[in-house]
Formats: sequence, C-alpha cells, structure tokens
Amino acid sequence: MSTDQKNKINLVVNSESKPYWEGAAKGQLLIRTCNACGKAHYYPRTICPHCFSEDTAFVEASGSGVIYSYSVTRQAKPPYVIAYVKLDEGVSMLTNIVDCEIDKISIGQKVKVKFNKAEDGYALPVFTSA
Amino acid sequence: MGINGKSYIVGIYEHPCRVALDKTLPQLHAEIAKGALADAGLSKDDVDGYFCAGDAPGLGPINMIEYMGLNNVRHMDSTETGGSSYIVHVNHAAQAIAAGHCNVALITLAGRPVADAKEGKPVRYYNQQAPDFPFEMPYGPNVTNMYAMCAMRHMYEYGTTSEQLAWIKVAASHHAQYNEHARLRDVVTVEDVVNSPMIADPLHRLDCCVITDGGGGIVMVSPEVAKSLKRTRVKVLGAGEAPKHLAAGQVDLTYSGARWSGPKAFAEAGVTTADIKYASIYDSFTITVLETLEDLGFCKKGEGGKFVSDGNLISGVGKLPFNTDGGGLCNNHPGNRGGMTKVLEAVRQVRGEAHPKVQVRNCDIALAHGTGGLLGSRMGSATVILGNEDA
Ligand SMILES: [Zn+2]
Repeated sequence: MSTDQKNKINLVVNSESKPYWEGAAKGQLLIRTCNACGKAHYYPRTICPHCFSEDTAFVEASGSGVIYSYSVTRQAKPPYVIAYVKLDEGVSMLTNIVDCEIDKISIGQKVKVKFNKAEDGYALPVFTSA
Repeated sequence: MGINGKSYIVGIYEHPCRVALDKTLPQLHAEIAKGALADAGLSKDDVDGYFCAGDAPGLGPINMIEYMGLNNVRHMDSTETGGSSYIVHVNHAAQAIAAGHCNVALITLAGRPVADAKEGKPVRYYNQQAPDFPFEMPYGPNVTNMYAMCAMRHMYEYGTTSEQLAWIKVAASHHAQYNEHARLRDVVTVEDVVNSPMIADPLHRLDCCVITDGGGGIVMVSPEVAKSLKRTRVKVLGAGEAPKHLAAGQVDLTYSGARWSGPKAFAEAGVTTADIKYASIYDSFTITVLETLEDLGFCKKGEGGKFVSDGNLISGVGKLPFNTDGGGLCNNHPGNRGGMTKVLEAVRQVRGEAHPKVQVRNCDIALAHGTGGLLGSRMGSATVILGNEDA
C-alpha cells in the first residue's frame, strides 16, 4: 500500500475519525487535545487517554515535525517510506514520507505535512522535506 | 498469591511438520494435545484446565474442547497477546493451579499460514474496528517495516550495526544445523545476512524469521500430580507479563515490554540474569532479540549489539546460549507465533534433552521470553523462568 499509488486511498470513516479526515481535506492536520488536563494525544480519541476526561477537542497542528524513525519497504512496487514523525506539538504519528529521494531520508530530518487526496473528498496527511 | 514452585511442566510437544497442507487447524491442535499428554504420561480425561489463544478457531476453548473431547475441563483461558500468548498462558496456568482452579492444564498452539497461502486463503485478518486502524493502515504498515523502524531508531541512538544484528541469525543457524526438523539448517555467516536482499531498511531477508505451519503444546500440573508421574519435571519459578503501547503518542521504539515483564519474573523466581544458564528469546526478527536482551538486563540498554557479537549467543561458545532449537529465525515459527516454541526448548534444556551438540551443561535455570504484536509500539511481553527440582 503506497501513498504514491495512482489509485485513491480508501479511508475508514467513523464518528471518531470523520472530523480528522474532513480537516485534512481542508488542508489542516488536526490533533486531539484535552481541555481538562491540557495534554495532546495521537491518534485522536473522544475520551482523553491521559486523564479520562470527555472534554476533548480537535485543534490544528502546525504541520511541522521531525522524523523519529523510518523504513523503506523495498519489496513494494514502487518502494514506499513509512515513518513516525514527531510533531512540534510533542506527539508522534505513523505516516509516509513522500516526494523525497528515498536514500537521503534520515532520522531527525525536518518535515512538513502535505495532503494526499482520498476517496469521497477526504485527504490523508503525509509528510515531505521541510 | 505467588507461583514459585507451585506448578510443573511435565509434558511438551512440538509438531514436526512445517507445511500442513494435509491437516486442518483443529486437527493440528488435537495432534499436539495428544503428543504433549503422551509426553507427560497423562490422558485427555486428566485435563481439567485448557488454554489457547487467537489461533484456535471459533470460540477458541469452546470449539477445541468439543473437538478434542476434553470432558473434564473446569478452567479455561483464551488470553490473546499475539505470539507471546503461550508464555502468558504458562503464567496463568501456574496461577490457576496455585489457586486450585485446575490440576492438569493443557496449552495448545497451531497454525497453517504456509498451507493457507498455498490454498489462496486470506493471509491476515485485521479488525477494522481496532481504534488505531483508521489512522495507521492507510500508510502501509506491515510486520517487517514496523520492526525495521525499531532497528533504525536503535541504530541511530546507540550505533547498533547490521553486522551486530546478523550475529543473532548466525547463532540461531549454528544451533539449527543439529535440528532435523528445522526449516533452515544451513549455517550462515554475518556476510550472508548483510548481503541477503533488503526487505525493509535496515532488515534483510535473513534478519527475519521463517514462516511455518505446525505448533506446539505444554502440559502443566500441580506438585502432587507431578510427583505421581515418571517424567522429569520442570518447575515454574516465576513469570511476568506486560503490555506496552504508543502512550498517546509518546513513541519510543528502543525498548519493549520486557522492561517490565522481566523484573517481575526475576523477582518471583528469586534469581538474577547471572543465574540464567539458557535463554529462549523471541526472535521474529534479529532486532527483537537485541532489544529484549537489553530490557531483560542481560546487558545495558544500547549495548545489545556488542553483547550478541562474536558468537556470544552460541551454545558452547558464548556466555548466553539462546534458542538452541534454531529459534524462529531458523527452526520454526508456527502460525507466526513464536512464544510456544520458546517454552519448549527451555524445557528441553532444563530436562537435559536438547540436542547433545547444543545442550547447556548443568542447565538448572532457564528463561523463556515472548513478544506479541509489534516490538516497541503496540505489544504484549511475557517472561517465564523455569528450573529443575533443586532450583
Ligand atoms: Zn486529559
């Protein structure tokens, strides 16, 4: 499964994920934060995994971060890069690194979000060199 | 309630098949149960506790108890933590026996991923309702690239090299040459490993375990039952289990849940790493072994690369003989679940029944460790420490 593929991406849209995909469609990377404890978390949940409060909301992240780790799946055609990116807001997310020379990617590299079109008008956040 | 000394492993069986085209999944479970009970000198009617994991079809214990005709079961457990499940089961069976819930516990694992693939059946089912699924699956995670990211980060933080990881496969291959059932029996070199095709950077083909059909089983009993049997008994000294997860986005791939399951097991057994004569370490990939050895305290965090090098894991050569059956890396990884075979080889070592070329001398205390799920990210760790009657 590659985000470089021509076929559009089918996303799982449910009540917890829908606002996230809608945000992405508008060019926003959303993360969930908690108004009770003030902490952010990823992936987004209704009930805060830090303090169990239901007072959580989506906020727009800066879209900047650094590569925490990555791997190139060489057997895929074409090969693709999976990565954990640590966002400036302090949480890390699984993602793909795209539009880069694969062999020049490195841990600690600064990256910024971009959005790949998905089915039904949604979009998938991925990252590329900042 | 503690478990130290309150139960014994008296029967084990490893299915010799590695491709099971001519056998159904329940049939494999039953053949394994029969083999393990025969090894113990017990019959199916003696079984009053049954343990299985997600590999068992249907409702797990219910369907399998019916299929096998286990008519006296009064305690069931189907804890599912992936490949580590069976080491969790040893812990739970020890607890159940200590509490008087059962006296003869049977644990079985079976799988036929090779046969399923040849028959065109779906390779892997992933629950779309898992909360992480919507946010992770679009990026193409698979077992290899997720473990590869652990290795990549470990290399970045600690300078671990591909050559050091390769030594783990080299050691496993040295042991597998003596196992007539091993899927891979050729001895390999560090060069062979690092020159094998890259699957997901930095993991090469030979950094990965084998895919096999088959399975294994364990029979555990109370001290009273153990004394009535002729079989050499292996005492359960201590065990620990621990989940590890992504902690709401605070990702750290450089360690595993062994950091927590290990100390629990050591404390209960009343032993330290210095007392362990043999270790079965879950080896889905070379990096799995390296991080686990650090987390269990066999060396400091970050020094795993140095620890595994130069044959230190080879029986008769190094300080910590590991996976003397050839492990998942060379021998067997039935159903993509390696926890069972880890216990089986640890039992053989304590019994003194490993292959003479790899048997550890005076192996009074051994450890078996399992890793379920994805190393470092979303996983279940389990550790058990076994000993002989005097341990
Ligand atoms: Zn909170």
